[in-house]
Amino acid sequence: MFISQALAATEEASGTPGVFPPFDPASFASQLLWLTLTFGVFYMIMSRVIIPRLSGILEVRSDRITRDLDETQRLKAEADAALAAYEHDLADAKKNAHSIAMESTEKAKAESSAAREKVEAELAEKMAEAEARIAEIKAKAMSEVGTIANDTTSVIVKDLIGGKLTNAEITKAVSSLVK
Amino acid sequence: MANDPISQFQLKTYIPLEIGGMDISFTNSALFMVATVALTSVFFIWATSGRGIIPSRGQSFAEMTYEFVAGMLRDSAGSEGMKFFPLVFSLFLFILVANMIGMFPYFFTVTSHVIITVALAFLVFFTVIIVGFAKNGLGFLKLFVPSGVPLAIMPLVIAIEVISFFARPISHSVRLFANMLAGHITLKVFAGFIVSLGSFGALGVAGAVLPLLMTIGLTALEFLVAFLQAYVFTMLTCMYLNDALHPGGH
Repeated sequence: MFISQALAATEEASGTPGVFPPFDPASFASQLLWLTLTFGVFYMIMSRVIIPRLSGILEVRSDRITRDLDETQRLKAEADAALAAYEHDLADAKKNAHSIAMESTEKAKAESSAAREKVEAELAEKMAEAEARIAEIKAKAMSEVGTIANDTTSVIVKDLIGGKLTNAEITKAVSSLVK
Repeated sequence: MANDPISQFQLKTYIPLEIGGMDISFTNSALFMVATVALTSVFFIWATSGRGIIPSRGQSFAEMTYEFVAGMLRDSAGSEGMKFFPLVFSLFLFILVANMIGMFPYFFTVTSHVIITVALAFLVFFTVIIVGFAKNGLGFLKLFVPSGVPLAIMPLVIAIEVISFFARPISHSVRLFANMLAGHITLKVFAGFIVSLGSFGALGVAGAVLPLLMTIGLTALEFLVAFLQAYVFTMLTCMYLNDALHPGGH
């Protein structure tokens, strides 16, 4: 109250006395002029400075969000591709491992059977050799048995009867005995 | 003088000016218009100076205001209406801040003077007429001819449409002015009761609690009205601008 009284004392109240102030035409010109000036300046500041700034800020942000979303999409696709490649490689590796195992088993089997065959062949050869020698020795022995028998017979006959037999008679006798 | 509820609307001359017999003095009304413009501009320039991708509080508030008004305009006038955005944004902020500043005790409420709201309403009214004719030519007159009306009552309907169109600036301006004026008078009357009752001794002081509570409630209500009237004024502006762009569309 004191403040407004003090203000009222220092300021000259304008307008027509006894007229409701908002409807006092005496104040219209001044208010219109100042409204035009202030609102004009306000409109200029808003349309030239504030609105371009704000729309710029919002545009930059929405661009940024769009770009970030695109980047996310791209990275996700990359990750998916990497996962697919990994899975593919893993499947390949599994398949390879299987085939390698099969191959080496086959190879080992083949090698061992080849080795066995070789050993068997060698053994068979050696056996044949041995048999041949045995046969040879046997034949030799058999042939020598005849000679020994003749000799022995001639010696025994000589010792027993003091006679002397021809080789042909002895051989004939021995072979008839051997039969 | 300071106790009557009308004195708050009294203009006071600070710097007397006169051109050609016209009184164009710098008054408290002019001062508060300058204050409204200065305060709003400084706030928005400060708030948007960072231009952060992640906004500060001030910037966030500025962006919300921008989105709020832009949404309002886009909803009523479509994306075509966005070329009026500077006008609508300026109107909304000017009225809102002028209303809010007026809520401070001893401060002058610019929008409580009918000449101000009439001027703003006519600004919108003439913008609508000029843009309407510039964009649609005589097709703008379709605004007065609603589609699907029987021919027999057409003249009556056109007459009503024409009257309602020319009544727009009146209703547009008086709504804002009357709300601000009435609200401030009511506040002042109830606040005056507190002082008057308080001078009647202890019983009076006890009784003064009632108008005090009323004043508190009314103050809250007036803050709501201050925002709501700025919103309504802007909303109607958007709808009128829509008529200028799409005259046949209602």
